[in-house]
Amino acid sequence: MTTLYSEPAREAAGDVPVRRISFTINGEKKTAEVEPRLLLAHLIRYGLRLTGTHTGCDTTNCGACTVLVDGSAVKSCTMFAVQADGHDVETVEGLATASELHPLQEGFSEEHGLQCGFCTPGMMMAAKALLERNPDPTEEDIRWALSGNLCRCTGYQNIVKSVLWAAHKLRSQAAE
Amino acid sequence: MTQAPETQALDEIKIGGLGASRKRVEDSRFIRGKGNYTDDIVLPGMLHMEILRSPLAHARIKSIDTSKAWDIPGVHLVLTGEMMATRNLAWMPTLSYDTQAVLATDKVRFQGQEVACVIADDPYIAKDACEAIVVDYEPLPAIVNPKDAVAAGAPVIRDDKENQPDNVIYTWEVGDAAGTERAFAQADVISKLQLHYPRSHPSPIECCGSIADFNRATSKLTVYMTTQAPHIIRAAVAMVAELPEHMIRIISPDIGGGFGNKVPVYPGYVCSILASILLERPVKWIEDKTGNLISTGFARDIYLDGEMALRRDGKILAVRMNCDADHGAFFSDAQPSKFKIGLLHSAFAAYDIPTAHLTARGTYSNKAPGGVAYRCSFRVTEAMFFQERMVQAAADDLGMDQAAFRRMNFVRDDDFPHRTAFGFLTDSGQYAKCLDVGLQAIGYEDFRREQAEARARGRLLGLGISTMTEPLGAGNSREYDILGIKMFDSAELKVHMTGKAIVRTGARTQGQGHETTWAQIVAHELGIPADDIVVEEGDTDTAPFGMGTYASRSTPVAGAAVAMVARKIRAKARKLAAHLLEVSEEDVEWELGRFYVRSAPSRGVTIQECAVAAYANMPDGMEPGLENTAYYDPPNLTWPFAVYIVTVEVDPVTGVWDVLKTVAVDDCGVRINPMIVEGQIMGGLTEAYAMSSMQFITFDAEGNCVGSNYMDYLLPTAWETPGFELHSEVVTPCPHHPIGAKGIGECAAVGGPAAFVNAVMDALSGTDVRNIDMPLLPDRVWEALTYRRDVYGAPPVRSDD
Repeated sequence: MTTLYSEPAREAAGDVPVRRISFTINGEKKTAEVEPRLLLAHLIRYGLRLTGTHTGCDTTNCGACTVLVDGSAVKSCTMFAVQADGHDVETVEGLATASELHPLQEGFSEEHGLQCGFCTPGMMMAAKALLERNPDPTEEDIRWALSGNLCRCTGYQNIVKSVLWAAHKLRSQAAE
Repeated sequence: MTQAPETQALDEIKIGGLGASRKRVEDSRFIRGKGNYTDDIVLPGMLHMEILRSPLAHARIKSIDTSKAWDIPGVHLVLTGEMMATRNLAWMPTLSYDTQAVLATDKVRFQGQEVACVIADDPYIAKDACEAIVVDYEPLPAIVNPKDAVAAGAPVIRDDKENQPDNVIYTWEVGDAAGTERAFAQADVISKLQLHYPRSHPSPIECCGSIADFNRATSKLTVYMTTQAPHIIRAAVAMVAELPEHMIRIISPDIGGGFGNKVPVYPGYVCSILASILLERPVKWIEDKTGNLISTGFARDIYLDGEMALRRDGKILAVRMNCDADHGAFFSDAQPSKFKIGLLHSAFAAYDIPTAHLTARGTYSNKAPGGVAYRCSFRVTEAMFFQERMVQAAADDLGMDQAAFRRMNFVRDDDFPHRTAFGFLTDSGQYAKCLDVGLQAIGYEDFRREQAEARARGRLLGLGISTMTEPLGAGNSREYDILGIKMFDSAELKVHMTGKAIVRTGARTQGQGHETTWAQIVAHELGIPADDIVVEEGDTDTAPFGMGTYASRSTPVAGAAVAMVARKIRAKARKLAAHLLEVSEEDVEWELGRFYVRSAPSRGVTIQECAVAAYANMPDGMEPGLENTAYYDPPNLTWPFAVYIVTVEVDPVTGVWDVLKTVAVDDCGVRINPMIVEGQIMGGLTEAYAMSSMQFITFDAEGNCVGSNYMDYLLPTAWETPGFELHSEVVTPCPHHPIGAKGIGECAAVGGPAAFVNAVMDALSGTDVRNIDMPLLPDRVWEALTYRRDVYGAPPVRSDD
């Protein structure tokens, strides 16, 4: 167990309540001491130093900070870290294994589904949640499932193709 | 019968050369979440900065009380304009020879203006402390459009400036006023149109930010910064902060989209630098989305009074454009200094027009400053939008077919080089062919029949055509400079002993894929496989001086420099080859990847063997090594051309319109990486759709910004965004670019908006509606349809909204 995020200055001042939380991130058990107002996105980025989860808008519109909480796509800027207590969090860093990329990661590269790369982790996590509940989505299904994630570079067409590519690969892997 | 000599040249596509849709090198880190954006960087002892912004658009500052902020544990520094002034940093120069407040001293001039900032242990504490600062404002009347800015008795916004009795920044003109007057006197028909291009914001998903790290021991300032132009920033920081340039290192890490927003120097950068110097610790500033939308470089916000003189048979005789541009509180446009309204006068460059005249007047308002080239080459977006809306209106006024009217007036393929009525020199293109490909792809004749049948049943279908040619790749340096610095660019190439290489340029990729495509240019020139070449940009201590990436100038300028430096390397490699082959240099021939003896083609050496020789076996008297630098000053701009055709259906009851089909025909010359080019086009089309349908920033009468977050500032999602059909059949190589390439990054964003608007207006033909200004929100289309009237200007903000 490690203490991951605390704010020494204000703890010293003694006026900031700090809560201890336990959660799983990318399969690893963690404990952290956090201010109740700390956003989950900030715990992930600044506390755990998992900087693949990006923050874009502060208003839960852009989806760059999308992670999975117990398998559901959640915008981590809209959730407090304390709400993750006892839950299972998955970020983009958990997609690939040591030796192999996740088909979504391959798909985004194969179909040129990213340009600046800033929205990409959130897109892939939202797509992962979709493919887990619907392994054979139509283009329309994908567009709807990703409609909470903004991209300014690609125009989405190649993102849709990337997800279709991954869905196809995941289905053929499952069939083997 | 003689057989062709056997070639041992490498297969260009296999080595990832020109024309290969090579998978992107940069993807490897981005798909793993291992990008390195500014906010990902953590330095030891780093503090965090937050900015307090003005809630009012125009107000005198009576007092600022920061005492409560200082009392919060974890606060290290609170900066105000007064403190900045003691170091001569309360104001800074802009890229357009104006001044801009860093932190306000006398008064605030737009909502969101920087008033104070706090540096603390973490961003939460810094935000708390900002809220603890008490500012006493005396509100002043706000000005939110050019009309009110020039009205009699209007309050003077820039009372800080001497010789600024009113709110006019400049008046500027280009073209032939008298000749245009004469042409209008002879016209059969005069077509008039008033248009507004609403204020928009580039809004990359990543906001702006910086980490300033001043090291007292070495006197060196390192700044990690979201900048598209690190070398310009270094020069600006040297000027503003009065630091020696060699002691400033600007590093632009991965950038989460730029689109012009990350060209200017922002107060946040300057404050973080001063804070780091004062505190001798690294200071990180990461802007929030509202700060980004309400204070950083906007785009557009320009009004047009347009007129076209026409002959009855359809020939355009002259064009007159009078423009009013709203620049906000400070004239801080990022654009070439000779052109006050950017390259707006590139309008009608694709049309053969005898004479034209353009006037522009820039005014101050109580809105955010900026005027950046949002995915365009310095207001070319406005130029092409005005052009294509005026062209559609003119064809309608003449009762002519949209396509036929354009074809009749295009510059013909054999007319190049062509001097435009506003003085540009276009050099190549196949405009009519592009149009034909587009018309065929959309099924023009069939659609017109379908449209007529649908109309008879009360359904409103429309087809919109837009064409554009965009002056991309500034310089040449004779005409183009920013703050006097000529607009050339650079590349440095170092070939290592084993034949692997590193390229560095003065550009800075933000998603365009330079790490992939620059290697392809070197592969094309030298036959070194692209996978053996690493590309590095964005660090002023290592990259050669360049003007950065914006205005689609990277491929035309930095990309050309990459080709030219590779040719210098090849010239030296040829000498090494002659030495290795023991023949004279004149007897050595080149094919991709290999030099060989002309008389004995089987005798040859690879480029890699030459590389070894440069370090291990050079001829006597030759300087060792295989590296060089090229500075490229383009002889002209590059002129890509495109046709965009859109079909829509408008719901007559609700005003909602759906895109049926979008066809894009882009002729950008030689395509280095077709996959990446298509990605750029689709991204541009999406921004075009965004601007035409939903994306705008407006203000109420008090100067409150409506569009200050993503709930109000609408960006299209995957759900709304239509699909695109792209065509690459037409290729007209640029005659002066070393590999025949033209710019492409912005074409679709430039030419696209008019296609969508023209389609909706075409659907409304016969209803007496001549124009609806962007954005074509359903309520505006409904208003036009219901009341049979034009809808003009920025969407008003109603008090009940």
